[in-house]
Amino acid sequence: MTNVERHAYDVVVVGAGGAGLRAAIEARERGMRTAVICKSLFGKAHTVMAEGGIAASMGNVNPHDNWQVHFRDTMRGGKFLNYWRMAELHAKEAPDRVWELETWGALFDRTPDGKISQRNFGGHEYPRLAHVGDRTGLELIRTLQQKVVSLQQEDFAETGDYESRLKVLQECTVTRILKSGQEVAGVFGYVRESGRLFVIDAPAVVLATGGIGKSFKVTSNSWEYTGDGHALALLAGAPLINMEFIQFHPTGMVWPPSVKGILVTESVRGDGGVLRNSDGKRFMFDYIPDVFKEKYAQTEEEADGWYTDPEHHRRPPELLPRDEVARAINSEVKAGRGTPHGGVFLDVSTRLTPEEIKRRLPSMHHQFKELADVDITAEPMEVGPTCHYMMGGVDVAPDTAEARGVPGLYAAGEVAGGMHGSNRLGGNSLSDLLVFGRRAGLSAARYAAALDPAARPVADQAEIDAAAREALRPFNGPEQAASQDTPEGAAGGAQAPAENPYTVHQELQQVMNDLVGIIRRGPEMEQALERLASLRERAGRAVVEGHRQFNPGWHLAIDLRNMLLVSECVAKAALERTESRGGHTRDDYPEMDRTWRKVGLLCTLTGPGAQAGAGAGADADSAADARVSVERRPMDPIRADLLDLFERDELLKYLTDEELG
Amino acid sequence: MTSYEAHFKVWRGDAEGGDLRDYQVEVNDGEVVLDIVHRLQATQAPDLAVRWNCKAGKCGSCSAEVNGRPRLMCMTRMSVFTRDETVTVTPMRTFPVVRDLVTDVSLNYTKAREVPSFVPPEGVAPGEYRMAQVDVERSQEFRKCIECFLCQNTCHVVRDHDENKPAFSGPRFLMRIAELDMHPLDAAADHGLTRATSAQDDHGLGYCNITKCCTEVCPEQIKITDNALIPLKERAADRKYDPLVWLGSRIRRRGQ
Amino acid sequence: MATGTTPAAPPAPSPRDRGVRAPGRAAITAPHLRTDRWWLPPLVTALGLAAFVGYSTWRAFANADYYAAPYVSPFYSPCLAHNCVPMKGGADWALFGPWWGLSPALLVLIFPLGFRATCYYYRKAYYRGFYAAPPACAVAEPHAKYTGETRFPLILQNLHRYFFYIALLVAGILTYDTALGFRDTHGAWGHMGLGTLVLLANIALIWAYTLSCHSCRHIVGGRLRHFSRHPVRYRLWSWVGVLNRRHMLLAWSSLISVGIADLYVYLVASGAFDDPRFF
Repeated sequence: MTNVERHAYDVVVVGAGGAGLRAAIEARERGMRTAVICKSLFGKAHTVMAEGGIAASMGNVNPHDNWQVHFRDTMRGGKFLNYWRMAELHAKEAPDRVWELETWGALFDRTPDGKISQRNFGGHEYPRLAHVGDRTGLELIRTLQQKVVSLQQEDFAETGDYESRLKVLQECTVTRILKSGQEVAGVFGYVRESGRLFVIDAPAVVLATGGIGKSFKVTSNSWEYTGDGHALALLAGAPLINMEFIQFHPTGMVWPPSVKGILVTESVRGDGGVLRNSDGKRFMFDYIPDVFKEKYAQTEEEADGWYTDPEHHRRPPELLPRDEVARAINSEVKAGRGTPHGGVFLDVSTRLTPEEIKRRLPSMHHQFKELADVDITAEPMEVGPTCHYMMGGVDVAPDTAEARGVPGLYAAGEVAGGMHGSNRLGGNSLSDLLVFGRRAGLSAARYAAALDPAARPVADQAEIDAAAREALRPFNGPEQAASQDTPEGAAGGAQAPAENPYTVHQELQQVMNDLVGIIRRGPEMEQALERLASLRERAGRAVVEGHRQFNPGWHLAIDLRNMLLVSECVAKAALERTESRGGHTRDDYPEMDRTWRKVGLLCTLTGPGAQAGAGAGADADSAADARVSVERRPMDPIRADLLDLFERDELLKYLTDEELG
Repeated sequence: MTSYEAHFKVWRGDAEGGDLRDYQVEVNDGEVVLDIVHRLQATQAPDLAVRWNCKAGKCGSCSAEVNGRPRLMCMTRMSVFTRDETVTVTPMRTFPVVRDLVTDVSLNYTKAREVPSFVPPEGVAPGEYRMAQVDVERSQEFRKCIECFLCQNTCHVVRDHDENKPAFSGPRFLMRIAELDMHPLDAAADHGLTRATSAQDDHGLGYCNITKCCTEVCPEQIKITDNALIPLKERAADRKYDPLVWLGSRIRRRGQ
Repeated sequence: MATGTTPAAPPAPSPRDRGVRAPGRAAITAPHLRTDRWWLPPLVTALGLAAFVGYSTWRAFANADYYAAPYVSPFYSPCLAHNCVPMKGGADWALFGPWWGLSPALLVLIFPLGFRATCYYYRKAYYRGFYAAPPACAVAEPHAKYTGETRFPLILQNLHRYFFYIALLVAGILTYDTALGFRDTHGAWGHMGLGTLVLLANIALIWAYTLSCHSCRHIVGGRLRHFSRHPVRYRLWSWVGVLNRRHMLLAWSSLISVGIADLYVYLVASGAFDDPRFF
């Protein structure tokens, strides 16, 4: 038996970003004893990186805005592959979620009449994004963090213990969801600081772990984004949907190496920034797709005229949708016309005066000055595509956020799939966190409250032991894993050499970047799957030095399992979908296909380890033996009154004739 | 792309002890100290403990001391050092060390809990909050705080005097009190809480001798001393050291 | 636990183990690891303040050479004792009778001194420069105990605003003195000399420093919660804020200018130098 701490709560929330904290607040307010598990320190979640704003049709700036318009924009952005019910709930509830933040102390930028100011953003018909300068995500996370503290203060006043009803476990990582039969029984994890293992018994678990960007070499995502929630759900038997759709933002920094992937905001292009290759050519004119030919300028003169006189000029091609620009940059670099550091030039200095640039783009000016020694008022920036957002995720019931097939498991935020379809609009992410974070917390609380306290599911001891062996395996040599020895030994005289987890991770990132990246080809993805299989085998031999106290090598070795599982889902689903749509571009199938709109791709785990929660048969090596399989599932037909919000001509681009009747 | 071998000294150890270890490590163009720490992890010291998240100066995780100065490692470029200079990296020296560059910053979360939260105004429904931009701007500056705790680390009140830790909330949380006191709709006063006097009576504002190290190290360039701490001291003085207010309260007490 | 982390008992704390060497913190013996010349700013500050204090003490006790018509030294204005040199039209009001035998400067200098001593900038300067609390950021201070401004006497720093009010009066009187500088030595108006310019520069800096005061910033508008309801005070607050950002610069330049103004009057009054007259 393993030395494991044990706690019990009504609801456990895994992840302390926007969705996780909103879920925890809701569960606590519904009277449930709630624990929130943060992978980092409290308040450092990736949500802080969000800049633009929270999309909510409050109509403060343009009174014509309403939820129907927001719904339409969201569906168009996702190329109609969205779970329409989620898009509907999201559009309807976002304003309430934003207003609620104000009652918790948030301070958004204001309109002249004192309301929350809203800004324009790509794909949104009206100014819709509530914002605080370019640090909206920080405001969101801090407000939720302070609301948690406020609830803890209430509990302290009542019980004398701040943590009597709402506990934040900082720097803890969950490695398994524990089940009893088909039902959730709790979570298993480790404390980063001490390396101690713990179990939390809880009938309801909310996953809010964010994205998967760290499987890619170039990403705007942080350290934590290793696909933990995606993998936990898979391992617990819940399917993932839409995993082939990954948003690559066209402009991330490419140099210096320390900041490769960090976002360069779209406003740079909106304010006149132009893209040039190493020959000095403004290449975007060569990449205007036929469907957009009428809407975009064909010459530099015409494009330049747009900035001052948009009525009589067409838009410059730099302002094509994100996927188009990202693909164009990718092609230029692959054709050898990239910059010395592998990007293209984005130049705003030729169009705006230095004063104007500093006024309109203060954070970009600061970011390049501080990190790259580049003065964007005088020199061009170097930019390239960067992995930004995972549209896919846990397949959830739209109203309750409950994962399909696993009673007691919920998911919200980036880890949940469906809401954004094949492509997410800017600003819809923060509102997604709040709307579905609250719904997940609410459903989890209701579910936990409805259970007979005496008859709550209890995790099997054998399953806990297996999870403990799995977590400690990287301290063993590759051979000891099977013998389930004490975690004392080092790599022995095994035939296969021990692996360095950092090396395996770097190779994984390279494989995903090169072979399942922004432009995909069938043979490359098949090659990627082979490479992934070999990496998975090598990850099983990863060995770490030192002891369990705050050991980053160990943490990475554990995270590798998740990244590899998720990467396999991405590659398999991407290979299966033989069309191009939103965040999935196939070089060999460049067109969007209306029949594919009716199909969602579900990833599930099959093989010996797939039913890890099934009972005592669970084995520490289960993840290594399980295989991802992809199946097609028909999408629910869109409700008629929602379809009526669109013109028939527009629907014809996306829906098949029989769907339209 | 040029690269060179730099000499690093990194503190390794835990609460029981430790020392500065020497490393020779490759440095490339444009790198920051955190990149070098990551290279050490990947090549020479896989168990070197360090906190980091965003690597873009937005999350405030990678706080440490570089050549004795409190800094974010992700925002400290290697180009500020000469090639033959030894770069010494230690954990923050005000908080108990956990391991290597990681410290136990729980003191800050304890202090955060002791600051009474925003009190919403009664009778104002969500969606009906009206605030002018000029009225929210002061508090917005303080809300730029990324909670890197470098100000808490550098403040000599607790850095040099462990015994002051219970009584002194530190710059970050005194600034939080200022933020709430300047919030245009905070209704704490209606519930009998005067935030400015409470800052002095309960959170140790008087310990601050405005020597401005918090402002010097703030990676967000928040003017903590000039815009938060000094105004808070003045607001406390309004209440506590203004003879007219003092006389008024005496008379009122006698009348009861 | 084989790879467990059960900590050993912490070493017994010794009285020398304080501050950055307190038990539990990273074991580093050096009180600081700064490699830059961190000692330079506090040293320069301390020397600068000491020089001024030395000079002004000598001049304040000198009780001589402070009036050279039409100029009066800012150290001796207003001149409130019976023993003041008569100043034509000047601020020499004999509020203190013949019993006051010391220099009249001592009667008034305590007010500007108090204003500067409780000033938020000077506090930083002398806490760092003289008391080494702290000498520089992240450099360990030498004191075993620290209570900051929580107790007497330093709790009196909270009275800064009252010195500010008096400083306004003093600045007003020095403005009057400057206006008197537009006379010739016989008291006829419409003249100017180099001394007039010296006094003008000094009074401009004195006003800028006085108005850039943090207490002033608080009083004109900082204490308000809703700027939007007080547009005039908001504008004043913004202006004072612009000055306030240069408070340190103004503190030093007005300190130097007041010393130079006094020195100029001294040189003229002692006959070392003739005031060049323009018209």
